[in-house]
Amino acid sequence: MPRMVLLAAAGAGACGGGCQPIPGSDPRGSAAVNGERPLALQSEVPAPQTRQISIDNFTFSPAQLTVPAGSTVVWVNHDDVPHTVVSNAKAFASKALDTDDKFVHVFTAAGTYPYFCSVHPHMTGQIIVK
Amino acid sequence: MDQKNNETGGDGVDRRKFLKCMAWVGTGMVWTMRGGVLSSRVFGADAAGAAEPGDFTFVQISDSHIGFAKEPNKDVTGTLKLAIDRINALNSRPDLLIHTGDLTHLSKAAEFDTVDQVLKGAKVGERFYVPGEHDVFADDARAYVERYGKGTKGLGWHSYTHRGVHFVGLVNVANLKPGGLGTLGAEQLDWLKKDLEGLGNSTPLVVYAHVPLWTIYPKWGWGTEDSAAALELMKRFAAVTVLNGHIHQVMQKTEGNVTFHTGRSTAFPQPEPGKAESPGPIKNVAANKLRGMLGLSEVKYAQTQHTLAVVDATLE
Repeated sequence: MPRMVLLAAAGAGACGGGCQPIPGSDPRGSAAVNGERPLALQSEVPAPQTRQISIDNFTFSPAQLTVPAGSTVVWVNHDDVPHTVVSNAKAFASKALDTDDKFVHVFTAAGTYPYFCSVHPHMTGQIIVK
Repeated sequence: MDQKNNETGGDGVDRRKFLKCMAWVGTGMVWTMRGGVLSSRVFGADAAGAAEPGDFTFVQISDSHIGFAKEPNKDVTGTLKLAIDRINALNSRPDLLIHTGDLTHLSKAAEFDTVDQVLKGAKVGERFYVPGEHDVFADDARAYVERYGKGTKGLGWHSYTHRGVHFVGLVNVANLKPGGLGTLGAEQLDWLKKDLEGLGNSTPLVVYAHVPLWTIYPKWGWGTEDSAAALELMKRFAAVTVLNGHIHQVMQKTEGNVTFHTGRSTAFPQPEPGKAESPGPIKNVAANKLRGMLGLSEVKYAQTQHTLAVVDATLE
């Protein structure tokens, strides 16, 4: 079960500086003891990620990005011209992003999220959340 | 002015060479289409022959991008002021000043304030505006509409007749569709149809909007997807002049009764279509070359001929 090993390692890392685990709240403990969590832990749901999309030369790069649910996507505008990041279905919308401005959105629900720059509509991209 | 006079200027100077020279020193020129012959003369000069009582001029400025402060122009307010100086130095006071959008860079209140402050200094009759995409970034274009929307429809489209010429200002930077170009939309097209209905075919039309109403380069979004529907409504008119901005360079073409013209920016030049990775400011411009790439346009209306002549000038 490599997944459990990973989580255990992450848990140990988070607490590695010598913090005191609160009895009953340690995820490793509860997973091991009450026998309810291992199912979730064993499933192949990948951990949420933080991924970056860069805007260069009027292009979203990568134009298509697939992430696990709960992931954070950060758009950074590297152009000298302001852009926006707006979901076609209005699920999210940034303000004007000037040079080096960022827009952050957390994708909680699975689905396909096409988006575009509302002022340069030929600029399009897509986030796929699994 | 016939073609012969036009070529030699009546002074033995080869007009083409002269204009080439004048263009180099930054003086603009006028292009007039008469009888299928493209003629030209120097910016700011009086029209051939004495001006008739019904004649008038107006000016177009565009893409001032107040708030932009990067290469190649860290003083866009300064270059806008230069454009206004050029207007104020014209022989005859323009009746109208038309700004074809991207007044600001980020639709900020302070940027609009600066635009208003500078344009206040223009010695012109009336001022008219259409928004560029940079003017409608925030709050569903409220900042723009609050300032310039009085007496207009939608996000600022409008029309008026001035000394027999019918002017129409269109908005093609709002409610854009993913993957698309500039858009006028059904509501505006419907309004345009009604607006033009009562006009005779001989009424000269001047139509202005930010994004070109002809397809220049779709890959960069330089076109308006439903412009054909608008142009269809103008087909019956003898003379239509279409003025646009957005692409920060002069381009002109004539198609039947319609002359399309895009004006320079007062802020920064953009590459020719397809000559760079993307649109956007040309950064590597030598300081002494920048003004030659910025400019404004003067349009002269000669009532007797029903002709409109567009004069492009740089800020050099």
